[in-house]
Amino acid sequence: MKPKHVKKLIYHVIVGGFAILLLYPVAWLVMSSFKKSERIFVTADSLLPDPFVLSNYGQGWEGFGDYGFGTFITNTAVFVALVLIGHLISCSLIAFGFARLKFAGRGFWFAIMIMTLMLPYEVVMIPQYIIFAKLEWLNSLKPLVVPAFFGHPFFIFLLVQFIRTIPRELDEAAIIDGCNTFGIYRRIILPLIVPALATTAIFTFYWTWDNLLGPVLYLNSPSKYTVSMALNMFLSNETVSNWGAMFAMSVVSLIPVFVIFFIFQRYVVEGISTSGLKG
Amino acid sequence: MQTNMKQNLWGYLFIGPFVIGFLAFTIIPIVASFYFSFTSYDLFNSPRWIGLQNFKEMFTADPRYLHSLKITFIYVFAGVPLRLLFALIVAMLLNTASRAVGLYRTLYYLPSLIGGSVAVAIMWRNIFGDEGVVNIALMSIGIDPVRWFGDPTAALWMLIFLSIWQFGSSMLIFLAGLKSIPQSYYEAASVDGASFFQKFFSITIPMLSPVILFNAVMQTIGAFMTFVPAFIISKGTGGPLDGTLLYSLYLFKQGFEFFHMGYASAMAWVMLVIIAILTSIIFMTSRFWVHYESEGGK
Repeated sequence: MKPKHVKKLIYHVIVGGFAILLLYPVAWLVMSSFKKSERIFVTADSLLPDPFVLSNYGQGWEGFGDYGFGTFITNTAVFVALVLIGHLISCSLIAFGFARLKFAGRGFWFAIMIMTLMLPYEVVMIPQYIIFAKLEWLNSLKPLVVPAFFGHPFFIFLLVQFIRTIPRELDEAAIIDGCNTFGIYRRIILPLIVPALATTAIFTFYWTWDNLLGPVLYLNSPSKYTVSMALNMFLSNETVSNWGAMFAMSVVSLIPVFVIFFIFQRYVVEGISTSGLKG
Repeated sequence: MQTNMKQNLWGYLFIGPFVIGFLAFTIIPIVASFYFSFTSYDLFNSPRWIGLQNFKEMFTADPRYLHSLKITFIYVFAGVPLRLLFALIVAMLLNTASRAVGLYRTLYYLPSLIGGSVAVAIMWRNIFGDEGVVNIALMSIGIDPVRWFGDPTAALWMLIFLSIWQFGSSMLIFLAGLKSIPQSYYEAASVDGASFFQKFFSITIPMLSPVILFNAVMQTIGAFMTFVPAFIISKGTGGPLDGTLLYSLYLFKQGFEFFHMGYASAMAWVMLVIIAILTSIIFMTSRFWVHYESEGGK
């Protein structure tokens, strides 16, 4: 072999090998979900399930009590969908206002928005809880969903940056054609910021799908539980026999995350590389 | 005047949702939280003013608090630099013309993609179990198995490993930064006979320093607020022996388990101050090590 090829081979062995090492835990989780519960830890060092069983999925899907895992998935899907709608509408309106409109106090409110970016949730968590309790919103999706309709500083900032790259001449042309301000937002800007909206949607999906703290604070009847909470519940009433079911439902909870990633990979990678969204 | 009014009206129509949301869900809670931090409040009886008592108790009469603060610092200051180091090494490995880079980038990012989920915390807990894969691997190379859940220090390291494992998003940001360094700099250095390390320290690091600063700030803030893995892995207890009682978890327990809402609010304010101090330290030191192209090189 030529030295060039040897070098290439060494590169792929190191980089590829390290990737396999990093992904081993995920493979272990997926494979364990196909093992018989009592054999998961006896055969922890082997990836291949022997025998290969699907029953964990059936058992896990039954959930616990009267609520099947389908209920938790439906709850989570509704939760995610409402937050998505909230973020897309509110963040695009607010970002347009900041990026394109001149009004008294714009600088002030923009600075306030940037400051809220740095604010730890812990500071507002307790009073928010008390406010929502006073409104009698506890044990409903309202405390988790309603704030989404008032914007999210990170996504507003992302969209503002994106809108600033769109030439203002387009707005001016639209004004000449008789468009009012809302028309510019609706007909000119909105169609052009679709890539940034896609990034917003994808990361909203990830953060909401994985959210545990919010649901733990606000939801308390199992019929309203989200997938994250259901997994947490599996863990807390674990008995020797339901390891397999817990692993199986862990895998199920990850499937949408993977599917979205593989469909929208380009947006995810670009979103992180350019804006530093945490992943 | 007429048009001015109209402009203001349009402006506030658009940013209105933010203004209302900020007043309702941020500023009122901030003021309330500040007030609660000087009270004793259990959610059921009205808050009772106790002045600085909560803050005094934290630092003089609550060893659990000091312990929680200590392990959170270990978690942040061991986890974040190691995570950034890994991210940088991998980004440099991937900054080649190889066609497989796209695939590798995806594979290395996957742990970060799923890292915040309950499923992964459950997986991690079991991989580090007494009979888990990690112990089997340790035994096979002749090291005694570690009782990850019996030993508080080991349990904390298990959380740190989990955070390091999720280096993917920092790596993607580093990779974008590396790609923006003009190749001609390296070529010129090569002509002058610079070694790999000379190029690394005099081209890569300075050119990448704004990105390193950004990553360091974001990751430090994020790490300080870590909640889910500690909550799941310890089943909400922060155990063993408070070994995984990270700051956010202890705050949550004080507020929603013991109903010490005043105390938890005070904890939140200390957290805000610590994060502000850490961030300003990073920014203040940054003028010694961050290089901005526009300054014409420093």
